[in-house]
Amino acid sequence: MESLTWGGIILQILIRFTPVWIALIALFAVSISYKRKLGLYGKLFDSTIGMIGFALVMFWVFTGFFGGALDWIVTHDPISVISGMKNKAPGTALPEGAAGYPHYLLGGDNLARDVFSRMVKGSWEVIKIAPFATLFAFMVGITLGLPAGYFGGRLDTLLSFAANLILAFPVILLFYLLVTPEIVATGIPTYMAAVLFIFPVIFLCVLFNSRFHTQPDKRNVYLGITLVVGLWFYLGIAWDADPLGVISVPSNILVVFVSVVFVNSPTVFRIVRGLALDIKTRDYVAAAQTRGEGSWYIMLWEILPNARGPLIVDFCLRIGYTTILLGTLGFFGLGLSPESPDWGSTINEGRKLLSVYLAPAVVPSVALLSLVLGLNLLADGLREESLKD
Amino acid sequence: MGMFFLRRLGVMLLTALCLTFIVFSLTNLYPNLEKLAKSQGNNRMTDAEVSSWLNRNGYLQPTVVKYGEWLGVLPGFTFTNDEGEISGRCIENGQPAEEAPRFCGVIQGDWGTSTRFRAEVSDVVSTRLSLTGKLMFFVMLVMVPCALIIGVLAGMKEGSKTDRTLSTASILTTATPEYVSGVLFIAVFASSAVGLKWFKGTAASAMDDANFANFTLPVLTIALYGMGYIARMTRASMTEVMTAQYIRTARLKGVSFKNIVMKHALRNALIAPFTVIMLQFPWLLNGVVIVETLFNYKGFGWALVEAAGNNDIELLLGCSVVAVFVVLITQLISDIGYVFLNPRIRIS
Repeated sequence: MESLTWGGIILQILIRFTPVWIALIALFAVSISYKRKLGLYGKLFDSTIGMIGFALVMFWVFTGFFGGALDWIVTHDPISVISGMKNKAPGTALPEGAAGYPHYLLGGDNLARDVFSRMVKGSWEVIKIAPFATLFAFMVGITLGLPAGYFGGRLDTLLSFAANLILAFPVILLFYLLVTPEIVATGIPTYMAAVLFIFPVIFLCVLFNSRFHTQPDKRNVYLGITLVVGLWFYLGIAWDADPLGVISVPSNILVVFVSVVFVNSPTVFRIVRGLALDIKTRDYVAAAQTRGEGSWYIMLWEILPNARGPLIVDFCLRIGYTTILLGTLGFFGLGLSPESPDWGSTINEGRKLLSVYLAPAVVPSVALLSLVLGLNLLADGLREESLKD
Repeated sequence: MGMFFLRRLGVMLLTALCLTFIVFSLTNLYPNLEKLAKSQGNNRMTDAEVSSWLNRNGYLQPTVVKYGEWLGVLPGFTFTNDEGEISGRCIENGQPAEEAPRFCGVIQGDWGTSTRFRAEVSDVVSTRLSLTGKLMFFVMLVMVPCALIIGVLAGMKEGSKTDRTLSTASILTTATPEYVSGVLFIAVFASSAVGLKWFKGTAASAMDDANFANFTLPVLTIALYGMGYIARMTRASMTEVMTAQYIRTARLKGVSFKNIVMKHALRNALIAPFTVIMLQFPWLLNGVVIVETLFNYKGFGWALVEAAGNNDIELLLGCSVVAVFVVLITQLISDIGYVFLNPRIRIS
């Protein structure tokens, strides 16, 4: 086989991404034609910046899903080695007799693995962890930030002190302290997971109870579903003790997950607390207080929905920040296994030979950059559109 | 004002105590101590030997006691072996036990010994910190003026083409973490594959002799990440000022646009960015760790990584004390500066 030229490489990569293009076009066609009925999400399609950001983000979401979960886009196995392909330039043809796709589209790394496939697989590592970690951080931040802002007083002082304490830690020191194998052996991350992951369950229970406590039938149904599903997930994720044996998280991923949630939640707490302090002086809160509504009802059903604009924007930004944090962890070789194709680890491996062989480090760098840029642009678009009305 | 300052100082001390205690207890967990014993003694120690080594060096006392000793509020640990020789935390090699001070902790100015560098922690931290100080000085020199100029230019006329371009550029820089921009910079400007070779891809030589070729890339990499954020804050504050009543009055009076920006808007618009710049320090610390590792510049961040990677307890504690104080002092300065800069708060 001949090696490919740059034009050929780009063409082949575009062809490999066909499922992603189809999914993107379908998504945009449907969204744009119904955009007037879709609320804030629909309005996003009025802003060019927001659309570009959304397209970048969805590109990586689809790539992660199709490539990582379904194995569609990848050309080779991300950890298998083909001899003779070590540090080869992009577009190099496989040696005679090697099976599978005839080229290494973006070259080989210093262990002769395919850079392109590792990049595609790496996106799945991010898509799998970053949004959920951010969501958990938001649950923790909201559950603690609302009462801190609403009640104030001692509770606020205590929680704010704790939040500032975590924020004063240099993030990398915290990672080194939490993610080393010695600490994992003591079980501390598991206990932290046990504390942090109970918050979503508490959040949902309080959410439903405060709204429906006057209609016990409805409440019992909602609470029952939340408790059964929530505790099932909780046991599986935090304690790795799922009674049905379906949900289980590898311990190194759990540690990464916990430390990212732990680093993110104090900032969310501060934002939510600030918003709650501001919104609790509004008239509709006073009206609810006069009606005799409970404190949690006011917090979760009056204050929280009115704080959604800034929170949604921050959510997008924070997924980007979480992606950066995951990359940082990989860059320092913490947490994820060394074979793992995640972008941070790949950058770290590639940088050692960076002055001679560019592709192994530059490809995941550009991928990470485009995803975070997409999230930032999306947040910017959302902010602009949510301020318009 | 005095009361406010004192209260902030109290909270600061409490935070520093809590944080160092957390670092202390995490580094003193048994698996970590076991690793330390094996790296200090030898790798093939049996479990009994490990625990006797730990006992001899005072690592098996309760964490609170050890913390008190490190802090210097409890008398230093001593150990008498079978022959009656006394060794201890405060007793240096060859020194008779009677002459050694009873307390030797941070309060007495004794930061302990680094097991990784085999030197006094205070020496290690001060040399490394001065190297990082040099880096930070140039970062600030590049970052702050650029960020303010970009922010003011973008915020002068909201929605103009300049604004759009500069805002998107600042989003781009905030979306590029240091390990990505550093890699891209090295790839473009330093690698032999592209062939520009303007700068060097390592800053190891910059520790003694910083010049344009070896120091540009690390400085630029750190500066770029913070720049976008400060620029966006400056832009937001500038656009807010530009819609204020007094600016409109000045325009109606016929003051030229240049004078409005320079004389009326700028001073008020720069209050908010000041706070943001001070609060950027802790973030810069993060960037410093990454960039120093990437460019092999052996400063404070590099020492932090080395200490953490080798479970060098006392150096790690020294580093975290420095890091925590940097964070807390910049917060304090930003609070006080905000009060001084803002006439509305200052006068009331």
